[in-house]
Amino acid sequence: MILDGIGDEEKWLAEGIAGIQHHAFYMHRALDANNLRDALKYSALMLSELRTSRLSPHKYYDLYMRAFDELRKLEMFFKDESRHGVSIVDLYELVQHAGNILPRLYLLCTVGSVYIKSKEAPAKDVLKDLVEMCRAIQHPMRGLFLRSYLSQVSRDKLPDIGSEYEGDADTVMDAVDFVLQNFTEMNKLWVRMQYQGPGRVREKHEKERSELRDLVGKNLHVLSQIEGVELELYKDTVLPRVLEQVINCKDELAQYYLMDCIIQVFPDEYHLQTLETLLAAFPQLQPTVDIKTVLSQLMERLSNYAASSTDVLPEFLQVEAFSKLSSAIGRVIEAQIDMPIVGSISLYVSLLTFTLRVHPDRLDYVDQVLGACVKKLSGTTKLEDNRAIKQVVALLSAPLEKYDDIVTALTLSNYPRVMDHLDNGTNKVMAVVIIQSIMKNNSCISTADKVEVLFELIKGLIKDLDCTSADELDEEDFGEEQNSVARLIHMLYNDDPEEMLKILCTVKKHIMSGGPKRLPFTVPPLILSALKLVRRLQGQDGEVVGEEMPATPKKIFQILNQTIEALSSVPSPELALRLYLECAEAANDCDLEPVAYEFFTQAFVLYEEEVADSKAQVTAIHLIIGTLQRMNVFGIENRDTLTHKATGYSAKLLKKPDQCRAVYACSHLFWVDDQDGVKDGERVLLCLKRALRIANAAQQMASVTRGSSGPVTLFVEILNKYLYFFEKGNPQITSAAIQGLVELIKTEMQSDSTNVSPAPDAFFSSTLRYIQFQKQKGGVMGEKYSPIKV
Amino acid sequence: MVLVLALGDLHIPHRAPDLPAKFKSMLVPGKIQHIICTGNLCIKEVHDYLKTLCPDLHIARGEYDEETRYPETKTLTIGQFKLGLCHGHQVIPWGDLDSLAMLQRQLDVDILVTGHTHQFTAYKHEGGVVINPGSASGAFSSITYDVNPSFVLMDIDGLRVVVYVYELIDGEVKVDKIDFKKTTAAHSAH
Repeated sequence: MILDGIGDEEKWLAEGIAGIQHHAFYMHRALDANNLRDALKYSALMLSELRTSRLSPHKYYDLYMRAFDELRKLEMFFKDESRHGVSIVDLYELVQHAGNILPRLYLLCTVGSVYIKSKEAPAKDVLKDLVEMCRAIQHPMRGLFLRSYLSQVSRDKLPDIGSEYEGDADTVMDAVDFVLQNFTEMNKLWVRMQYQGPGRVREKHEKERSELRDLVGKNLHVLSQIEGVELELYKDTVLPRVLEQVINCKDELAQYYLMDCIIQVFPDEYHLQTLETLLAAFPQLQPTVDIKTVLSQLMERLSNYAASSTDVLPEFLQVEAFSKLSSAIGRVIEAQIDMPIVGSISLYVSLLTFTLRVHPDRLDYVDQVLGACVKKLSGTTKLEDNRAIKQVVALLSAPLEKYDDIVTALTLSNYPRVMDHLDNGTNKVMAVVIIQSIMKNNSCISTADKVEVLFELIKGLIKDLDCTSADELDEEDFGEEQNSVARLIHMLYNDDPEEMLKILCTVKKHIMSGGPKRLPFTVPPLILSALKLVRRLQGQDGEVVGEEMPATPKKIFQILNQTIEALSSVPSPELALRLYLECAEAANDCDLEPVAYEFFTQAFVLYEEEVADSKAQVTAIHLIIGTLQRMNVFGIENRDTLTHKATGYSAKLLKKPDQCRAVYACSHLFWVDDQDGVKDGERVLLCLKRALRIANAAQQMASVTRGSSGPVTLFVEILNKYLYFFEKGNPQITSAAIQGLVELIKTEMQSDSTNVSPAPDAFFSSTLRYIQFQKQKGGVMGEKYSPIKV
Repeated sequence: MVLVLALGDLHIPHRAPDLPAKFKSMLVPGKIQHIICTGNLCIKEVHDYLKTLCPDLHIARGEYDEETRYPETKTLTIGQFKLGLCHGHQVIPWGDLDSLAMLQRQLDVDILVTGHTHQFTAYKHEGGVVINPGSASGAFSSITYDVNPSFVLMDIDGLRVVVYVYELIDGEVKVDKIDFKKTTAAHSAH
């Protein structure tokens, strides 16, 4: 029966339509002939087709609409007394003689509408009569459509204020009473259509039933349109009676739809003023009603209303909208025990959105919402439902977006507690979102306390939260996360050196717990941030008196020393060596010789013990020489020790060309070209001669193995160094020595003519060109160069 | 006409969170034909970012670069000009013009671009140019105090190169221009 139900239904509908058309045909003829008797007879027969109970709501609606169109023609006829010669009062009596009850009531409603229009009786009496009479139809679908018809024909005839049918003092009340009564009856009928059969069939039926909801909802729309339904009337009569019906019907579908309808059709200011009544209804609804969607709608509307004008904000405060909504949500969650966690959290998200839009200044409200959420989550350890996690992320992201400033979120005590309920993966995602928000808004975190809170929030990135070891993670993702932490460290800043030092200590405390994989990412920005502070203090040195001042470069250097030490034991010796050298130079600028010496010592120890790769050694030695060359804080003894070490390392590099280059670079350690710089010409010459010896050795090796053009290049490089010191006025570097070197290179290049490569050739030519150029320059320099022949 | 972007010493994220927003909005893909970078990017994200601006990217290795495959020095020819690229920590004393001139002779280039000092400089020297584009992120430096973020754009057209330097001073981008003409016998004039 179910299977061929659809085919049958089509057939029944066709039959019904045919019946309507058939009787309508005769009705038209009667109307044309102004024959009232036949008109009533055939219209009643036509309306009898609506007595069917075989059609689904959808099909029945089709049938109803056809009859409805025909009734409009009949109504036109009724209106014109000259055509049928019967007074409207008599007509109203006459139609009640129709044999069947359903046609009779349709006809009565039609005549009733004309009756009201004629104003021969007060609208309220006719309406009251009609709405009562309709009770006679108790079949849900037939009754629903009949009442829908009544509602339709009476819509423009309600006796509300300003209407031509306005009655005495209580006229609005009469209109409201009529609509409310019709609404109540319709809803009852609609609810009774609920099907109690097995699941699959019920689903279909409920879907069909749902299609009829607008017939019921239309009444609420009419109510909202009635002129004269002021706030008072709405508050005292309309809303309580509508809610009473909604609650008492105990129907999930109706309750959800009607609550939504109330929120949509009545003005926002009414909702605000009746918030308590409205909210009180929610916990009384059936437990299966999707309350969160409806409540979210309400909050959404209210926050739009608040955003519409600043004038309405006092209203919100006056009615304590926030606390009412907040406690209503609490009650709903309590009442609906079976609501999944995602439902509760999404309610809090809506409430938070409302709060952020309506009361952006009330951080305590925001914290309260988060607190309520924590309470709800407290039963569970970590969330596992993905949708719930998404909602929590939305909850935590909302304040960040609103305030464009993480600093605000940092004052929310419940914020980290909510985060604790996220699984480690999501926790990290959230931490990255927080950092990105800081970077995007360029927010500066300016106190140690806030830094502490911030690091607590992002602890998922700072250290391993549980046994998941770092090697399970994707290397690239891990790197990106840690780099974002490194970026963040630059956003922690205060102009006050003492607070800045506290910030640095806080950061240090946290990142030190990060373990060997994180330190290489997080230590460098901390060191550099500290060096910036050192430089600020260095400028103030003169003004600072006494030892009470805790933020001194000395103290900072101690912290730096410990921090880098941790890095060197990770081990990340090359990075640590570079940072020691940076610190050494900063100590030099602060005129702290022992500190600078200590940093150099540490760098040297690392070089000796940890830097094994020959290429890494070359870079490290250049950095050592480059830094040492710039140092002016050292006394003779310390300086000698360090330069001696550096030259020693240089001469011990693996490859001869590297040795040679490092050794001639060392020459600059003995000749600093500024006013008070060291100028030890003899030792410069010693370095250069040593470099030459190494170049020679390299050349001999090359002559054995062949193919390498390196050695000649090395000679040209050394020649350039000779020229450098020659120009700087080092008395040990003579024009004769330069001349000798030029001749030597020329000989070398001739003897090597079989295998000359263009690079050293070009290098030598341009060096000779340079000498030529200096000779032609004239003046002191030209004279100095004149003995050299090229 | 060829546009060459020269920049370096970004030190991201060791010393600076990112490039200044003002620079980022100026540097758009599709306008630049070559990028030469003096190194110290330091991380792959920055490399990838530069690559989006222009796929022809040349990098010399800085001492903080995690990528160890960048060369210590690099030369390339753009139009009539030969360019040399080196980070500069290998050239002692650091930032010393006479020592950089030696590297220029060694690489046999018209334009030598180096970094390390975080200080923008451009010298005409023996018929060539020695340029330091400074630090594009304004990173802290042991060598230079009060670093302003800066980069260099070179407009190479025939035998002429116009060097524009963009410097961010107190939140405002200042542009300076240096004109340089290469004589065919590059070594005769100063």
